[in-house]
Amino acid sequence: MITKRIIACLDVRDGRVVKGVQFVDIVDAGDPAVQAARHAREGADEIVLLDITATHEGRGTLLDTVRRTARELFVPFCVGGGIRTADDAAQVFEAGADKVSVNSAALKDPMLIDAIGRSFGAQAVVVAIDARRDPEATDPVRDAQVYVQGGRKLAGRRVVEWARETEDRGAGEILLTSMNSDGMRTGFDCELTAAVSEAVGIPVIASGGAGTVAHFVDVFGRGKADAALAASIFHFGISSARSLKEELARAGVSVRLPC
Amino acid sequence: MRVTVIDYKAGNLTSVLKALRHLGAETIVTDGDLALVESSERIVLPGVGHFAATERLDATGLTPAIRAAIARGVPFLGICVGMQWLYAGSSEAPEQPGLAHFSDQCEHFAESTEKVPHVGWNSLEVRKGSPLLANVEPGEFVYFTHSYKAPVTANTAAVTHYIEPFASAVERGNVMGVQFHPEKSGATGLKILRNFLAWNEAGKGTE
Repeated sequence: MITKRIIACLDVRDGRVVKGVQFVDIVDAGDPAVQAARHAREGADEIVLLDITATHEGRGTLLDTVRRTARELFVPFCVGGGIRTADDAAQVFEAGADKVSVNSAALKDPMLIDAIGRSFGAQAVVVAIDARRDPEATDPVRDAQVYVQGGRKLAGRRVVEWARETEDRGAGEILLTSMNSDGMRTGFDCELTAAVSEAVGIPVIASGGAGTVAHFVDVFGRGKADAALAASIFHFGISSARSLKEELARAGVSVRLPC
Repeated sequence: MRVTVIDYKAGNLTSVLKALRHLGAETIVTDGDLALVESSERIVLPGVGHFAATERLDATGLTPAIRAAIARGVPFLGICVGMQWLYAGSSEAPEQPGLAHFSDQCEHFAESTEKVPHVGWNSLEVRKGSPLLANVEPGEFVYFTHSYKAPVTANTAAVTHYIEPFASAVERGNVMGVQFHPEKSGATGLKILRNFLAWNEAGKGTE
């Protein structure tokens, strides 16, 4: 039986983890390679590394980080942030990523999705979508506004129609972040997640808003998510992906255990 | 142990190479050195992407070289599209023949309400006596990402259920294939790759 995935996400700047799933780790809380290995060991089904380095010079550091992180990592590894061209993607794959996540660049040039998929396969292309409900739309959820540049700018697209287009262009998965829920710890936006998940035939990874185990149960049920990104939940009494999954299993969610 | 990894320009090889090296294998990558392929100790055909990409194996002459190596008894492992290539063909690229080592066809998952591609961790029902899947216990999970699949037949080494039962591993003598990605399947995947590296004629006796 296919299981629901718990994905550990690391936000990285200049080669150091700046946010994301952080356990108390006095030795080296900021080394992405160390943290990724730990999450894999402690039951994460997949690792996402999002590079938030703004500068061009930072790209070299990113590739080195990806290389070091991938070296001993034997679970799926997705890298996002600043991938603007198929060549950027090729370098990240060469460094050891299994998937790339594209966001702003895909909205600017949707052909990027086709191009990466053609060279590396649809399974290697994750399209990240940041969406905020639009209270003025007839359907505030399905017509949620898509944002670019880390949520600072309107993309001029509606979430369901953009999600469908990315699928048509060959995206393998959608990483959907609800800007309404992100950072609130009040639960995932299950309505938004379900609206996108039902509109496309490819897996949807839910992101934003997790605070408790019940929130994950909810997004896998009502939200129809295929996977969920775990970030700050680990600050709130859940010590690892494994313990999160053990609790999910008790609540009747199918997860990869033992892991 | 020296493993020849075939590069047919379909996706990246980094993860497969990394896992094999982690297990102590020496890896050699080739996209057309036929003599090297024929004299290999082990051959791995990775694959992410489209079945049509296997056309390159024909264009470069690798197909007959691999066929000759297999006939010589060289252990061969196809991964994902690399497994599907062992069959007669796939409806993903009907004009492109496979190796036809196994006579069946690979097909797209049937229409259903489930998501396709099948992405994520799923379990294996291992059939008895598979050297490739030795010591893989019921309920162990491996990582899949695919839209096409091989049918369950007599040569199926493991069955996985998604929409319908399909062959998640195939094995006959020295020719093996896995639909999942052992290089991305944690400890279970590494165990399967280790079994492949340890495969020998004698081990075949457990079939």
